[in-house]
Amino acid sequence: MNTGDTAFMLVSAALVMLMTPGLALFYGGMVRNKNVLGTIMQNFVLLGVISIQWAILGYSLAFGPDVGHLTGNLDWFGLNGVGFEPFKAYAATIPHQTFMIYQCMFAVITPALITGAFAERMKFSTFLVFMILWATLVYDPVAHWVWGDGGWLKNLGALDFAGGTVVHINAGIAALAAALVMGPRKGYGGHGDGTESFIPHNLPMTILGAALLWFGWFGFNAGSALAAGALASSAFTATHLATAAATLAWIGTEWIFRGKPTTLGAASGAVAGLVAITPASGFVGPMSAIIIGILAGVLCYLAVLAKPKLGYDDSLDVVGVHCIGGIVGALATGLFASKLINPAGGDGLFFGNPGQLWVQFIAVAATLLYSFVVSLILFKVLDLTMGLRVSVDDEVAGLDLSEHQEIAYNL
Amino acid sequence: MKKIEAIIQPFKLEPVKDALHALSVQGMTVTEVKGFGVQKGIREVYRGMEYQVDFIPKVKIEVVAPDEKAQAIVDTIIKEARTGRIGDGKIFVYPVMEVIRIRTGETGENAV
Repeated sequence: MNTGDTAFMLVSAALVMLMTPGLALFYGGMVRNKNVLGTIMQNFVLLGVISIQWAILGYSLAFGPDVGHLTGNLDWFGLNGVGFEPFKAYAATIPHQTFMIYQCMFAVITPALITGAFAERMKFSTFLVFMILWATLVYDPVAHWVWGDGGWLKNLGALDFAGGTVVHINAGIAALAAALVMGPRKGYGGHGDGTESFIPHNLPMTILGAALLWFGWFGFNAGSALAAGALASSAFTATHLATAAATLAWIGTEWIFRGKPTTLGAASGAVAGLVAITPASGFVGPMSAIIIGILAGVLCYLAVLAKPKLGYDDSLDVVGVHCIGGIVGALATGLFASKLINPAGGDGLFFGNPGQLWVQFIAVAATLLYSFVVSLILFKVLDLTMGLRVSVDDEVAGLDLSEHQEIAYNL
Repeated sequence: MKKIEAIIQPFKLEPVKDALHALSVQGMTVTEVKGFGVQKGIREVYRGMEYQVDFIPKVKIEVVAPDEKAQAIVDTIIKEARTGRIGDGKIFVYPVMEVIRIRTGETGENAV
């Protein structure tokens, strides 16, 4: 046991916790003012719901003793046996409980990411049921595949330092399923030619949210070193530089395509960079990180531009930013990973190991396929049983009033 | 008595207010409003999605004054609020039937 590592990991857990309210503000600023509380609530309440799910069931399913390389068993149900002794297979120098609560924050923010896809129209009761089911049936098993002791993608050698596949591709493709099943918001026209304008009601709130995400992400990525040392420093540096590069790349691209660099573009670019560097952060050097950031800023912006042509209403661009950003990051890890940075990792294509790219591809494809199919089924079943959407009248009135009986801004 | 109602560019509020002060106008009411005129709307772009915003933010000023001061107030607003570009706004002048000061019950020009 190492007190320095333990202190670092507890602080990192707190940093990752802050990302969920940060995401709430990031999303909250982008919706119309009648839906800001509903949107914030869909994120904030997951700190409650998923934390409890995690303690009772989720942690055991994700990290518990392996069953068929696909899931953990229920030995750690209710955190049974998750105590102060380090669990060597995960983190040898910190209490097992510290590792568990750190991972809890990841389990919370991942489903929260999906909420951007169905913003401004989902029924709160169905939302809660969906989130508990999704965490249990999608997040926990996929986390086990990649990070769990005995998980099949871990055994295959897939590299995912802080959650490119587990968190971002996983949530990003579930967001696509959500947008497809849920249908567009009332008055949505794709090209801005619908009967309603979906103009963000408070961009300063969105920028503040992006800033909190950037801040918290140091806990997410550097903390994934699970020890306070050189690797954490390397991941911290890679995270910051990729994000800086992606911010500039996004606004640079939109400056060329649309004539003006926007603050929403800067915030979106930052998040795209954070997403893309997540799987790579502990395996790549600073210059590789900058290249990954540039790729993410440009490609995620183009993905967001392509959305109207594809016809679905992924309201806050979860697919364009998290799914595409996650894929860029996971594949880039297969290009730029280097054992010089992290001897416990692997070498990528550019460091003489083309096989790594193939392994990364398998991890991406498996996550995309599994998460999409199960999410689609969950949404369909809940649509037929509980109903996914609020009534048209409630949608017009806004979620703040219809779902929570509150108004965000009173004169 | 006349009521002068002017819709102006928001950034012209300060100079107009200062000039009306200099004319010793007794009081004014200011409202943030949205609307369109010859300028029509503006285009806004969010994540590459373009929206036509039909109603542009403007400021509405309302001043009530004795008949003989009305023209000077109108001239002052025109002088201070004018940029010469589309979107400078409009002034409407109405007759006022009665003014009553709530505190004292005074009426007419004494209450302005």
